[in-house]
Amino acid sequence: MNIVIVGSGRTGAFVAELLDQAGDTVSIVDVERSAFKRLPALFKGSPVLGDGTDMDILRQAGVEKADAFLALTQGDNRNLMAAQIAKKIFGVEQVFAKVNDPIRANTYRGQGIFTFSRTTILGTLLHAVIKGDKTIGPNLMRAAMQHDAELSAELPSVTR
Amino acid sequence: MYFVVAGGGEVGYHLSKALLESGHEVMIIERDRKRAVWIEEQLGSVVINAPADEGRYQIQAGCQRADAVLAVTGDDEDNLIISQLAKLKCGANRVIARVNNPKNEIVFKAMGIDETLSSTRVLMGVIEQELPTGGFMPLMPLTGSHLELIEAEIAVGTPPAGKAISTLGLPTGSLIGGIVRKGEILHAHGDTTLEVGDRVIVFAPTAAEQQVREALFGKTPS
Repeated sequence: MNIVIVGSGRTGAFVAELLDQAGDTVSIVDVERSAFKRLPALFKGSPVLGDGTDMDILRQAGVEKADAFLALTQGDNRNLMAAQIAKKIFGVEQVFAKVNDPIRANTYRGQGIFTFSRTTILGTLLHAVIKGDKTIGPNLMRAAMQHDAELSAELPSVTR
Repeated sequence: MYFVVAGGGEVGYHLSKALLESGHEVMIIERDRKRAVWIEEQLGSVVINAPADEGRYQIQAGCQRADAVLAVTGDDEDNLIISQLAKLKCGANRVIARVNNPKNEIVFKAMGIDETLSSTRVLMGVIEQELPTGGFMPLMPLTGSHLELIEAEIAVGTPPAGKAISTLGLPTGSLIGGIVRKGEILHAHGDTTLEVGDRVIVFAPTAAEQQVREALFGKTPS
């Protein structure tokens, strides 16, 4: 799949790495060059420097051929604007936007954008684990913790 | 009239002040506490200290009964979301958004926000009006249509000089609404002959701007 990600923060860079390893073609957009340091050394995708709400930058990132688009910057509104450009102007099939305000997330979910709120996802997950949910909670937690372990193992150990 | 002003920055503050001075009612939504307190000191109890991009504060500000919601923060992405929420959540009668990057006007339109104001474009318009050359000035878009208003001055050696309007080959859907000749307004008919120095006011589809330009000035060499 061709995937465009806007925002190379912790989440953006992490998803970019997962998709890149899975063999997808990933472009990742960020206004800060230093944000690309979060990408792994062996990243095969393309970092694109620029504003992810700018149509020309998105074109440069290949939004016209993208199968999926993920808006993962720190700004809810920036994510919603980028996501709507991808959906309504470029007609990208699957569009995701990180929207931390649950109410705004819900409003735009009805507009064809897959919005998700870190607040409610994390809260729901923690609640499920604490209450002994047998399915979703433990599975998701296990997968997430495995990624944590992999990321830690990649760090070179310091010898004194 | 009653206005909800989203964002109490320089534009929001001075706009609200001017509206209040012309006898209108205003409610400003300003996120920053210090700024909100300052505005209240200047203008009285016309401020809500809250983020304007949350529907409930727009409702608290009375956006349902407002004649217009004005999204005038310094960030285009905020203005877009404020405008959309005002329509979706508030059913606002009318929403006008400030666009800082003129490129975003297209984006806002595609997202259902038709009334945008770009300070860059307004300034360019003023500057172009002051410039003696060119003679072709898109004045403004006409709200709620795909039309715009263009002013053009008939120059020496251009196709329309000495010709009747009906022979100019203006694009379909466009119309010369009036002619200013020596400071007087003339009715424009198909058989009216244009003279050098006439200023014509044209209503035209925005998409046909280039064809209007060519009809009035000839094809530009490229």
